[in-house]
Amino acid sequence: MNTKSPNHLEISGVSVELGGSRVVDNVSFSLEDGEIGSLLGPSGCGKTTLLRAIAGFEQPSQGRIQIRGQTVSGAGQHLAPERRRIGMVFQDLALFPHLTVLGNVGFGVRQMGQDAIRRRVFELLELVGLERYADMYPHELSGGQQQRVALIRAIAPGPDLLLLDEPFSGQDLELREQLAREIREVLRQNGVTALLVTHDQLEAFAFSDLMGVINSGRLHQWDFGYNLYHWPADRFIAEFIGRGVFIQARVLDETQLHTTFGVLAGEMSVSYPAGTEVDLLLRPDDIHYDPRGHITARVESSAFRGADHLYTLVLNDGARVMCHAPSHHAHQPGGEIRIRLDLQHMVVFPRAGSA
Amino acid sequence: MRSAALPAGGNPLGLLRLPGGWAIAGALTSLIILVPIGAVCVYLFTPASENWPHLVDTVLPEYVRNSLWLMVGVTLGAGSIGITTAWLTSMYRFPGRNLLTWLLLLPLAMPAYIIAYTYTGMLDVSGPFQGWIRRVFGLAYGEYWFPEVRSIGGAIVMFSLVLYPYVYLLTRAAFIGQSVCVLEVSRTLGCSPWKSFSKVAVPLARPAIVAGLSLALMETLADFGTVQYFGVSTFTTGIYRTWFGMFDAVAAAQLSAVLLIFVFALILLERWSRRRAHFHHTTNRYQRLPDIRLSRGWAALAFIACLLPLLLGFVIPTIQLIIWALETYETMIDHRFVTLAWHSFALAAGAAVVALVPALILGYGNRIHPSRAMRFFSRLSSMGYAIPGTVIAVGILIPFGALDNALNRWTREYFDMGVGLVFSGTVFVLLFAYTVRFLAVSLQTVEAGLEKVKPSMDDAARSMGSNRAAVLREIHLPILKGSLLTAIVIVFVDVMKELPATLILRPFDFNTLAVRAYELASDERLADSSTAALAIVAVGIIPVILLSGAISRSRAGTRPI
Repeated sequence: MNTKSPNHLEISGVSVELGGSRVVDNVSFSLEDGEIGSLLGPSGCGKTTLLRAIAGFEQPSQGRIQIRGQTVSGAGQHLAPERRRIGMVFQDLALFPHLTVLGNVGFGVRQMGQDAIRRRVFELLELVGLERYADMYPHELSGGQQQRVALIRAIAPGPDLLLLDEPFSGQDLELREQLAREIREVLRQNGVTALLVTHDQLEAFAFSDLMGVINSGRLHQWDFGYNLYHWPADRFIAEFIGRGVFIQARVLDETQLHTTFGVLAGEMSVSYPAGTEVDLLLRPDDIHYDPRGHITARVESSAFRGADHLYTLVLNDGARVMCHAPSHHAHQPGGEIRIRLDLQHMVVFPRAGSA
Repeated sequence: MRSAALPAGGNPLGLLRLPGGWAIAGALTSLIILVPIGAVCVYLFTPASENWPHLVDTVLPEYVRNSLWLMVGVTLGAGSIGITTAWLTSMYRFPGRNLLTWLLLLPLAMPAYIIAYTYTGMLDVSGPFQGWIRRVFGLAYGEYWFPEVRSIGGAIVMFSLVLYPYVYLLTRAAFIGQSVCVLEVSRTLGCSPWKSFSKVAVPLARPAIVAGLSLALMETLADFGTVQYFGVSTFTTGIYRTWFGMFDAVAAAQLSAVLLIFVFALILLERWSRRRAHFHHTTNRYQRLPDIRLSRGWAALAFIACLLPLLLGFVIPTIQLIIWALETYETMIDHRFVTLAWHSFALAAGAAVVALVPALILGYGNRIHPSRAMRFFSRLSSMGYAIPGTVIAVGILIPFGALDNALNRWTREYFDMGVGLVFSGTVFVLLFAYTVRFLAVSLQTVEAGLEKVKPSMDDAARSMGSNRAAVLREIHLPILKGSLLTAIVIVFVDVMKELPATLILRPFDFNTLAVRAYELASDERLADSSTAALAIVAVGIIPVILLSGAISRSRAGTRPI
């Protein structure tokens, strides 16, 4: 990571308590200038509370929040939200129903002159292709248009940091992806540093450079999307991000495991002493459908997904794994297929249940 | 907690920032609002006055009997008119339906006591109708039978004609909300149209019908002008007589307390049925109505069925009032009338604004710190809409009269002079009574308005550099403006129409249009009372128009704001 410039957003040891319970627990991470980050987690995990603390709507009980080197929360300080120079896009968009698109987008820059406001608003409207809608009211726009208005309203004042609270959750899947791509592009062009909160990992993958997974108020891992998938820091992340199953394995040495497939060799995520019983993470893409493969498995169930089949397979020893197979190779449940293992590296965790 | 530590201080409402602050403000507000109801309820448990046994022996059974008869009659009358018109206008297409749909609300603008005066004038022995009968058939007085208008039956008809819109409004909403599929399924299962109406639609709408009826019955129990004029003894007239005739405050309060038992039963009935109504509305989505086209004959019948209540409940009495007004306006519209109108206007406007204060406190309390306690307080404070004005007046006069007496004793002792009736003899008690009675209206409207201001809008505005005051000024006020105005208009009109509380609580020699209409009618100067009555009816049309606008807006394809 680049360490030359100070971090744009720095969260250090932040905890937030709401109604007596600790909703955010000792979270630390940082974003550099122009980076886009995501906070990912199941609903009720505290990710939105953390976002609201960064915005200044909640006050952390511990820790420090710095934006561009300025402490906005912590050390006895709590800067009011309106003085933080942040932009925020809300889950319900929160467009002002009594103002036109022009009024909404111009709301944050209303201290500028009449002409300057118009110029700024139209410049942004052009960016998202809504020039013709300036005089319409929010309820006259479609969902996707409202979303774009909410976004440019938030970035109109040129905030130091843009916060997005599940802004795409109200849209259907197709529009969601398109909007996420489009909005990411707008942020990139404008060099906006942004933090997105979502429960949808594909959205987070598509949108951000860095991602964090939060559960029960704790940040489990703050990393690149690739690493979250391939080098999950713990079992929760391994299970939360992507699909996968665990099979039992025993450590032979630093690069070898003994499994039901025989001895596997490769780089290991954590090294354990020889003889340790561990669980090995197998992603569906680690297992290949291969008629000449050495491993036979019984098809337990299959889900046709257009481009491929996702099979749940039962191995000889009863372990279950998942496997993608080409679309035109249909196998009925109960039938047998042959597979091949193709592990680039091995992600292992201590055996569940044992210490 | 979120706001307690903000450095941007200097807020005069600092107390309200504490989480408990709003609860305290809400509790105080509802406590004040509940004073009159509490004052009356206390008398359920106090020793009886010397007049009480006498009242129990003589008039009380009659009050109870008459009130029950009125309730039964209005249930049948307002119920059948309301349900029929609701069904016809929501399910069938016939000429004039769209217009009738909202015109059917117009009788709401007609206070019961005014329609009572009008029909008495028309149908009395000396009235034009009986005169016409005598002329045409060459009969003399006493040679033919004609129903007596000034009777309990007449009162039932009057109430039914002006109160059916409550049933109509709620039942129609329920019919519209019903899944048309349910009706179609019942048809495929072999029900005739009539059977699917009586066996499916009406039972499904029953909670709404009950809620509408309980509102109509609350108004029936609260009425004073009609029953007083018709000589039908009920609780309200009894309370008035006991207070002003026997000067027995305790007995009046005890009668009020007994009446409150009836009222509470109705409140419970309404609350219960409204809760049940929730279960029947599984979706808020726009339901396409079947819009059954009627054959010519049936369409004519449907048209007449919907036109009759409108004619009888609004058009005919209004025309009569206009005729009278044209005859008498030269003598009636003078400087005294201007004073009356000014009093009515000032009182109504004052009360409408005053009633907004507790409504805003409770509304914002609920929004900022939603809690069971806050919801309970606002529920409790909106009970006044069911409490008869007579009861509220008694409940206000007793504590404030005592307060005035104590105050005067004190000032005489220390300053050797009395200050007079500071509270009980002034406009203060009137405004207070109106606030208690009509708070539910303003609270409901304020709450509906606040619902449109989502909490995230506050946050959005603040993230764009607005402080708290600016959020109120730039976001809340513009969005709430319409609702606040509606609240003011509706309370304004309700106060204009209000009779019993005004009659009892008004300062000496202080008259309003409603009181004047009542006095003139009581003196059998029906024609002379028409100018005041007409003014009240004309103002009363405003909220009906607002209401019909709200109804048509609530349909799909229209602006949500």
